[in-house]
Amino acid sequence: MKARPPTFTKFRDVQAELARSGAALFRDADGVESLVIRYPYAIEYIHSYAEDSPFFLGLAEGRLRGSRCTRKGCGCVYATPRSHCMECGSATEWLDLPSTGKLHSWTTCHFGSEAFLKETPYNLGLVQFEGVDSLLLVRVKDAKESDLYVGMPVEARFDPNPKYSVTDVWFVPK
Amino acid sequence: MPCHLALLGSADAGARVRAKNAARLGRGEGFRVPNRAKKPMQRKSVGTGGEERQRRATGRRVYMVTGGVTKFAKAHPAMDFRLMVKRAYDYAVRGIPNLTKDRIDGTRISYFSDHFSRQLKAASMVQDYLGLNPKGSVRIEWGGATGGECFQAAYEAVASGRMDVCLAAGYETMSRVATWKGNEFIALASDTNFDFPLGGFYTGYYALMVMRHIYEYLRLTRFANVRDEREAQRLAIQEGCRIMSMVSVKNHLNALHNPYAQYPKRLTVQDVLNSEMISYPLTREQICTMSDGAAVAFLCSESVAREFTDKPVLIKGVGCGTDTMRLADRPFGKVPLMPRESAKDYAHLPYPGVHSFRAGRAAGLEAYRMAGITDPNRELDFIELHDAYASSEIQTYEDLGLCKYGEGYGFVERGDPFLRGIDYGFPTPNAGAIPVNPSGGLIACGHPVGATGLMQGVFAFWQLQGTIARHFGDPALQLKDPKRGAIHSHAGTGSSVTVSILERGFR
Repeated sequence: MKARPPTFTKFRDVQAELARSGAALFRDADGVESLVIRYPYAIEYIHSYAEDSPFFLGLAEGRLRGSRCTRKGCGCVYATPRSHCMECGSATEWLDLPSTGKLHSWTTCHFGSEAFLKETPYNLGLVQFEGVDSLLLVRVKDAKESDLYVGMPVEARFDPNPKYSVTDVWFVPK
Repeated sequence: MPCHLALLGSADAGARVRAKNAARLGRGEGFRVPNRAKKPMQRKSVGTGGEERQRRATGRRVYMVTGGVTKFAKAHPAMDFRLMVKRAYDYAVRGIPNLTKDRIDGTRISYFSDHFSRQLKAASMVQDYLGLNPKGSVRIEWGGATGGECFQAAYEAVASGRMDVCLAAGYETMSRVATWKGNEFIALASDTNFDFPLGGFYTGYYALMVMRHIYEYLRLTRFANVRDEREAQRLAIQEGCRIMSMVSVKNHLNALHNPYAQYPKRLTVQDVLNSEMISYPLTREQICTMSDGAAVAFLCSESVAREFTDKPVLIKGVGCGTDTMRLADRPFGKVPLMPRESAKDYAHLPYPGVHSFRAGRAAGLEAYRMAGITDPNRELDFIELHDAYASSEIQTYEDLGLCKYGEGYGFVERGDPFLRGIDYGFPTPNAGAIPVNPSGGLIACGHPVGATGLMQGVFAFWQLQGTIARHFGDPALQLKDPKRGAIHSHAGTGSSVTVSILERGFR
């Protein structure tokens, strides 16, 4: 290994060099040199869905489940389930959501986090359901940016090979 | 009369279309549990804590006496976080010989992400590097509002009587990963069970919010009479984008006179619209970037403030609000009213939904109440506002009561938040009414998260001192004789927001 890595004055050239050799020198406008290295870091989590588990197990069975407050006189219904009511703090019970709803809002992402860059462009939608008090964030597939509008009727689809992720459900235009 | 109807010319037509659309989109009775609006819990949850806060003690008076900022840049490879904070600190104490280390009682140190730092307990290393051990310190993290929260934590340390001199210091080093990895880190500040796996991307979340804002306030008003629904929405989005671009032009152009800013430039509305589409309808020039940078603020009790400066700035009010982490959980309730608003203004507006930031309104109400402000437009001379997105700047005008809900777009078109005497390339008839982001804001200055809210504090402090020309080397951004300003710091999709009111503390 060389004693001194190559020197660059543009930070993006430093980044390129790190990908190649793992080390570079950056020289700034004042002539100050800084040693920059590649420093990878990876983690595997042991992630429990805990009280949200029935939602994800439901998706694997092709069921979309929300939750409803059990307190008489409250009865808030949540499309994105919560095991306790946000309004009154009472326990909720599970219920099946309708398989169809309407787009409350939407966007098409042309960029994304590194983990999702390869999937761009993709559509995100907030779905509202009849008789339900809160929304559900989903991917909207089989639709182009120019097809989408607020109020558009959409319908749930489920992954036949579930990954136990919220991506096991998505919506398509109805 | 509701604000959005005023824009129409025909209130009745607007009301009819709004009611019809609400019914058609299931936003009326069918969408909400019919008895829900009657429940006291529901009303309370949308409020901000109510009357009892008026009686709350406010503690000792707290003054800002100095501050410092590093230049915000895409990358500062020659400075790690400790050195960046040290540079901002040295700038702040320069010329104040009696503001020595022994006068500092303790610190509050902020940075947003351990992922970016690649160093846990990094605030301890800042404390260490500044040589401030064994004084008391705590790290502050509150998403995008981290800097604003740090400012208020230092305020509380002094107001409570625990300290006479508290250093608030913040930084972020976002260049340590590639941009799209950085976006991933930021998106980890969304629910990792339900939101992140769908394509975790904050610009996408803000696009969802502004899309609904455009629907509520442009589709249902200016384009109420367009019969074809898709065409009406298309026209409304086009109009919203044009107006958002005016905000981007303003902030980039103001920053031409701010040497600390990362991306000062002269743009046209068309340039902003033509820049890369990131998440429809938000384009690259409507979005702040990642930055390296640091900022510090010294807050003091009244008893010592004048030992350090003859131009202290009083922290007149502080406010903080919160909202659900998931956009999908935001309720559809009632608007907590500003002093000059009436419930009738918002009779048909489900609030906050995903179109507005309830946390911003809660923070504004608390800060205004404490500062005795009832008409922010007249009683504030400027605002440094957390414009991570041009869209959220417009949404925030409404939250902070600079205009009513629904009037944000018209507020921009009339020119109220623009600076007088600067040619933005389009008419700004009301320029100077209440300048927003005279410094250039996050869009042009950059957004090194843990430093951002403190940077706003420093710029506001210099404005109120009348020392912008000295610190910027350019007098263009100095407002004439400002008495009072606000700083506003905002975390992911409005899940937490702080507002602090700063007032000139000298004659």
